[in-house]
Amino acid sequence: MGLKIDLDLCTGCGACVAVCPFCALAQRAADGKVEVNEACTACGACLETCPVGALSMEVAEKKADAAALDAFRGLWVFAEQRGGKVQEVAYELLGEGRVLADKLGVELCAVLLGHQIGNCAATLFEHGADKVYVVDHPALEKYTAEPYSEAMSALIKKYKPEVVLAGATSMGRGFIARVAIQVNAGLTADCTELGVDVDKRLLLQTRPAFGGNIMACIVCPDHRPQMATVRPKVFKQPAPTAGRTGQLVAEKLDLKDPVVKVLETVNAMQNEVNVAGAEFIVTGGRGVGGPENFKLLAELAEALGGAAIGASRAAVDAGWISSFHQVGQTGKTVRPKIYVACGVSGQIQHLVGMNSSDTIIAINKDPDAPIFGVADVGIVGDLFQVVPELVKALKK
Amino acid sequence: MHIVVCVKQVPNTTQVRINPETNTLVRDGVESILNPFDENALEMALQLKEKHPGTKVTVLTMGPPQAAEVLKEAVGRGADAVVLLCDRAFAGSDTWATSYALSTAIRKMEPADLVLFGKQAIDGDTAQVGPGVADWLGIPCVAYARKIEVADGKAVVERNFEDGYEKLDVALPCALTVLKEANVPRMASLRGKMAAKKLVIAPMTAEAVGADPAKLGLNASPTRVVKIFSPPPKTGGVKWQGEEPAVLAQRLADLLRERKLI
Repeated sequence: MGLKIDLDLCTGCGACVAVCPFCALAQRAADGKVEVNEACTACGACLETCPVGALSMEVAEKKADAAALDAFRGLWVFAEQRGGKVQEVAYELLGEGRVLADKLGVELCAVLLGHQIGNCAATLFEHGADKVYVVDHPALEKYTAEPYSEAMSALIKKYKPEVVLAGATSMGRGFIARVAIQVNAGLTADCTELGVDVDKRLLLQTRPAFGGNIMACIVCPDHRPQMATVRPKVFKQPAPTAGRTGQLVAEKLDLKDPVVKVLETVNAMQNEVNVAGAEFIVTGGRGVGGPENFKLLAELAEALGGAAIGASRAAVDAGWISSFHQVGQTGKTVRPKIYVACGVSGQIQHLVGMNSSDTIIAINKDPDAPIFGVADVGIVGDLFQVVPELVKALKK
Repeated sequence: MHIVVCVKQVPNTTQVRINPETNTLVRDGVESILNPFDENALEMALQLKEKHPGTKVTVLTMGPPQAAEVLKEAVGRGADAVVLLCDRAFAGSDTWATSYALSTAIRKMEPADLVLFGKQAIDGDTAQVGPGVADWLGIPCVAYARKIEVADGKAVVERNFEDGYEKLDVALPCALTVLKEANVPRMASLRGKMAAKKLVIAPMTAEAVGADPAKLGLNASPTRVVKIFSPPPKTGGVKWQGEEPAVLAQRLADLLRERKLI
């Protein structure tokens, strides 16, 4: 299967070359006709652009055994816990998972991995889980990718869920790709939207690519489970239903001893508000000009009642602030009530990490800065003048 | 010690723009570059080589023939050997099939003690290939590594979490995906550039690395892209300008209070 080019029809106009998001099409030096290279993902973006109909997609016959696929039922959420505390991304996934599971008419299950983690399952039921699988094992006490993937794969092979969702966190991304190899499943990273095709029982996974410049919708037609990761704060957390319960399944597994040993865990954000879950964020970009000027942003953060400090990639790359503060495609996705962008130009890579914020305020000298395209309120001005005035006005 | 660094040639996505009229990607003038995070993986390997004499650094990539450019860049910076996996059979590989293909090439080499990756590629942003390759190879993988010390056949690695980091004890061989903050990548040296210029890179085919054809390319890839579209255009709200900062600041503070946001 793949893209077929009818060279007799191809006129060498190059229209398709320009639209290919993957640089997979090129004109041959000899006659200008188009050829396709290894980068082609068969996305089909080029098909309609050909004025002479020289492009077509060869679709492989369905090779999967429909009955085998049908044996997979249920929607699972990996419930990330750290230090016995369920991470918020798990609740966000349960909220979205509930909607999808109801559409598919299946159970919503959570998977808890750890050792002596107490009563984490109760909160998962309250956030929508019908069933919670718990694996309590010494090998899972501290997270390392190998025992976590071993446990998750064992559960998937035994219970055959049709969908598995995990947070696109350091932990989730670190081990779930191993699971996908072990259970021979497709895995889509960093989905920003999920849906289902109920008839075909397909998970429709939408994600940004090319630094957020394009969106791709991805499916896994012939493999189960269909696996996806979602960044924290992409989905809204559902309100818990106090007292809601479900079925607890304690699973005994024989796991290998961890080959990676955790020697020390250091919290680098101890005295700071973490941008990831913050309700208010003040972010500095290139326009902040230097590390010392983040003090000014800290004053604004304080005037807002304890906001987190965020940073654009430019500010982090310049070494002005640590990468724990970075917001955007290669940093964190945030969804605060108020996001104040100071001296941030607003590259697409930054916008994809913050454009779901409830209210966006931008302060920038350049009236044409792309950040104004997403800001609810944009102030064209020098942040070194505007921010101190804003601090004064807020403190009044 | 033998260190394998897996790299990818990517379009410089910071230069990619959407044409608002046709809603398609504008790639004119967009250069192909060595994935920026892979530079940090390569730098980590080169620094280990400086510390541990006798270390060999092999750089591996999979891609079209022109991906040889990033291998030349790696040689310019100090890589000892390069491998270009290039075959139509790899076309359309997703992260599952890509990680399999890379693992076959690594198995074909002399045994690797360390396999390094950038934390993700800036075109796909999946961060899945590194852990995937490690799984095919059956070795541990530490994602989001920012520091490594190697001694006595094992490594002490620091890996980042959302709000901190952990120090880990890892037996070799292992794989790491490397963060940008791990180091500052060097430029190619003049002597390296000369060596790179003379370098003739013979592509390795799927058959040459003994890859199972049933696990390659689009057909073996579980995921399918069914639609590509431009994100909906964002519309901004109000823009205030041309007045005194104090006036604008007061207006903003009033608005936030009025909307009960603070």
